Amino acid sequence: MVATALAEAVTYPAAGAALDIEQVSHAFDIDGTELPVLSDVSISVEPGEFVALLGPSGCGKSTLLRLVAGLDKPRAGRLREDEERIRRPHPSRVVVFQDPTLFPWRSVWDNVALGLEAQGILRSQGQRVDAALDLVGLASFRNAYPHQLSGGMAQRVALARALVNDPKILILDEPLGKLDSLTRITMQAEIVALWQRKGFTTLLVTHDAEEALVLANRVIVFSERPARVKADIRVDRPYPRHRGDPYLADLRRQILGLLGLDATW
Amino acid sequence: MSTYSLSDGLASGAPRTSRVALLASWIRESGVGVLASIAWIAFGLSCLWWQDVGDWSRTHSLGIAAFIIAAIALFGTVGADYLGSAGQALHKRAPWLVALGAFLTVWEVATAKFAWLPLPFFPPPQAIIEVYTDDLPKLLDSVFASIKLQLGGYVIGATIGFLTGVSIGWSRAVGYWVHPVLRFIGPLPATAWLPIAFFTFPSSWSASTFLIALATGFPVTVLTWSGVASVSNAYYDVARTLGAKPSFLVLKVAIPAALPHVFVGLFMGLGASFAVLVVAEMIGVKAGLGWYLQWAQGWAAYANMYAALIVMSLLCSGAITLLFAIRDRLLIWQKGTVKW
Repeated sequence: MVATALAEAVTYPAAGAALDIEQVSHAFDIDGTELPVLSDVSISVEPGEFVALLGPSGCGKSTLLRLVAGLDKPRAGRLREDEERIRRPHPSRVVVFQDPTLFPWRSVWDNVALGLEAQGILRSQGQRVDAALDLVGLASFRNAYPHQLSGGMAQRVALARALVNDPKILILDEPLGKLDSLTRITMQAEIVALWQRKGFTTLLVTHDAEEALVLANRVIVFSERPARVKADIRVDRPYPRHRGDPYLADLRRQILGLLGLDATW
Repeated sequence: MSTYSLSDGLASGAPRTSRVALLASWIRESGVGVLASIAWIAFGLSCLWWQDVGDWSRTHSLGIAAFIIAAIALFGTVGADYLGSAGQALHKRAPWLVALGAFLTVWEVATAKFAWLPLPFFPPPQAIIEVYTDDLPKLLDSVFASIKLQLGGYVIGATIGFLTGVSIGWSRAVGYWVHPVLRFIGPLPATAWLPIAFFTFPSSWSASTFLIALATGFPVTVLTWSGVASVSNAYYDVARTLGAKPSFLVLKVAIPAALPHVFVGLFMGLGASFAVLVVAEMIGVKAGLGWYLQWAQGWAAYANMYAALIVMSLLCSGAITLLFAIRDRLLIWQKGTVKW
């Protein structure tokens, strides 16, 4: 169903960007004491790759995403998008956060229009908002306010709000973390379909190994804080993937082992 | 056995119970409306039955008016089915009509007829009606003067307060300079400035405008500021990743998010500014309802004072209602998220 909906949707000119994370370290000041969160992280992402970042809770994955988005500056190291240094946020790198963080005073349509409005191109490109809402299947909710939406619908709106900007890198910070398991599975399929269709580079932070394996073609496993790259695993399986695939089950066991959970799984 | 006696009882009693039930339901439906009519008839009779103890010219007209209201209440109740929404509105307000009619009757009897309440201080209803009919031009002038003064001061104060609040909520540098001043001067009641203001300002009108603006501005500033300061960083992060410039963050993120707080400030400012308005009019300005009250007191014209008080309360509650209506329009998105 999703695939047919996508086939009918409007096409944008889009392609992913390459992302280079070079020897990045970062730390927080908490009451005067330095808390290191990232330690010498280097990752090189090809254009159009779907990379999942997996690691224990609180290890600094989300911090890395904020650095990629340009919301924070790293203490050391460099981040580059298509060879260009990342210094500040740019709509070519859009984040979908764990909470949809829709603006409650704006209707669904106005929320999705946010990026175009901020860049001053809403007047000429307003039809992109409708196209993005079609893409996530919420065209009939354009006039609803966020409080009238379910959790899954709100997260779809957040996804549309990101996609309307035609990002080169889509940054997903546990976007499905708070959804029920059924909505989650549906939206995982939708995300894969969107990614295949648009070709943007995707970074997904998750702590669900299965989700990482079903979605990504590369899984990077982080250590405990301060996060270091522990393993870089290529997932060479065609889409749509099956959760019961023995190859994926094997990888999953391997990843959980890296995370220190082999005794129980 | 029990089944038999039950059906037997039903069969014999059926016609009577249905008639009684019909009457009961009619009383339930229309009883209060009829009662309202009776209360207003009682008020009309209380006006006309006894002689007035004083000399009031509107007693007769007031009695007639009470009968007219009683008739409207009665016909409105009986014919509610044919009157549509007007009938429903009357039905909803009928209990208040009863209470009002009863209150006016007691008031009439206690003042104009038997003078149970000491007379010049407690004028009867017809004395107040007399003020509205005979002293209308002066009262209207006062109303317009008050509205003009209040509106000017309030709009200036709310605008400056809003802009100041946004600036100190947004910019650390502005906050550094403005915050201590606000701390020092803000809590001072605006009325404390009265003597100085009336000396230093060129006219009593500009002095009063300043005071009203001051009384409005402080709560609006503080609440706008706290509203802007409490906006979640997540909203700014989202807007920034979507390419928002600082001006967009202020106008399209900070201000809309802070608006519910701003309205709390506007309501508090409105209340505070009413107090300042009346005091300023009583002391310095030679116009307005506050001045009218003062003037009426000077002439021991107590009926005029009550009349002015009633107008004043209508104006103040009207202003609050208007502000509520504006808020409901602007903050329609809140309707499902908070209890109003």
